[in-house]
Amino acid sequence: MEKTIAGKNITVNEEGYLTDFSQWDEKVGEALAAEANIPLSARHWEILTYLQNEHKNQVALSIRRIGKSGVTDIKEFYQLFPTAPLKTATKIAGIPKPASCI
Amino acid sequence: MKNLVILGAGTAGTMMANHLQHHLKQPDWHISIIDEKEEHHYQPGYLFLPFDIYAPEDIIKTIEEFIPKDVQLIKNKISRILPAENKIQLGDGSELCYDILIIATGAKIAPEETEGMKGTEWQKSVFDFYSYEGSLALRNKLRTWEGGKLVIHITEMPIKCPVAPLEFAFLADSFFKHKHMRDKVEITYVTPLSGAFTKPKATEALEHLLHEKGITIESDFAIEMVDNEKKEIIDYGGKAIPFDLLVTVPTNKGDELMERSGMGDDLNYVPTNKATLQSKDYKNIFVLGDASNIPASKAGSVAHFEAEILTDNILLYIKGEPLKEEFDGHANCFVETGNGKALLIDFNYTHEPVEGTFPFPGIGPLRLLKESRMNHMGKLAFRWIYWNVLLKGTHIPFVSATMSESGKHYA
Repeated sequence: MEKTIAGKNITVNEEGYLTDFSQWDEKVGEALAAEANIPLSARHWEILTYLQNEHKNQVALSIRRIGKSGVTDIKEFYQLFPTAPLKTATKIAGIPKPASCI
Repeated sequence: MKNLVILGAGTAGTMMANHLQHHLKQPDWHISIIDEKEEHHYQPGYLFLPFDIYAPEDIIKTIEEFIPKDVQLIKNKISRILPAENKIQLGDGSELCYDILIIATGAKIAPEETEGMKGTEWQKSVFDFYSYEGSLALRNKLRTWEGGKLVIHITEMPIKCPVAPLEFAFLADSFFKHKHMRDKVEITYVTPLSGAFTKPKATEALEHLLHEKGITIESDFAIEMVDNEKKEIIDYGGKAIPFDLLVTVPTNKGDELMERSGMGDDLNYVPTNKATLQSKDYKNIFVLGDASNIPASKAGSVAHFEAEILTDNILLYIKGEPLKEEFDGHANCFVETGNGKALLIDFNYTHEPVEGTFPFPGIGPLRLLKESRMNHMGKLAFRWIYWNVLLKGTHIPFVSATMSESGKHYA
């Protein structure tokens, strides 16, 4: 479905995840973060950039992997993106929700 | 003579030994299978043991009786795989060369991955039911437990048989009702997922059942530690859930052999091509069952479907022909829902479980994603099928290795 955010038309799925990363920019990221009530600090951006790079390299994302990434630890990840950090952070980063294994 | 070596004589390895002995015969081929254990366990039975539905003798047989006579069973510890040299190092220091290697070493629980899980309350008020010892200890606990807060918990994905914790919750509800003490037990289901299951349609059906049975669900819970003194599980966000009896599914990991051999990912699973089941790093190594990192369920049914395709691929590999890219992640699982009923789910990499009939489109007799007694009979009959048909590598009539889309209600 179409959605207007930060003055831009973007396409998202039913859960609100961007379906086309090329529509993402930092303003879109900030607006999506605002929807989740998260003001973005420099630390947030470091993690978002890390997630985007991992996605680009086709690495399957998991909480465990982020804990071992060296970029942040799980505790801080939860402080920065409370409740369900991986789902929230990937949504703001404009990348797909990580497929949890079946 | 060429050597084909299978590591692990569980469900997957035993099935491969039985399949391949029909095709790879002496004097051209020698097949051996290595496992240090004496017993073969029907692992789905671990779910029923705590509720005294199955007894230990129902789920334990010897490894030996399922290995065909032309296959050499080597009872030894596997120290290391040396993939660059096509060699296996055994526990007694001896070495074994292979032309083709099949890794089927499975997955097991690793409670030590979570702080406090294997603490002072382990097997006192904190239990697992994914190991024989854990399941048996839990049975003894439940026989005399007087009630309180029962918390059923999944640590992190992936786990073997992702529906088993839900089945445990349903069976617990049923068990306490029969003991006339359901009112003394508060059941909470705690999961790191955002719902009861990983696939939307099944999640909807299963959450409805949880609700109907008065089981509370706590989702998005990523455990940081077990507090043994306060008897609480605490997540990274600081949320605490108290328990009197915690039944947890600890982190699952592949065999430590992969770490020793430098062949696993961060959970000791072997990187594997999800369509051909060939190792991503070594062309003469194939991986099936729980040991691989493919995004399919870690379940016996998956290993069964994989085994049919892997047999073809190994024969193609020997002939030097291209491998079939055929495995579609097909899984087929009975889900016990308590009170003598079960539902059945059938799905693959791309198609989630939906309603319909199975295995005959429009007829059944089994119904997908709906509770029925027939499904429950199917689940109980499955133990017999496992010992007498599945392990022997016999094809199960009407059930294909790749998933069929007919008779299913895709929106």
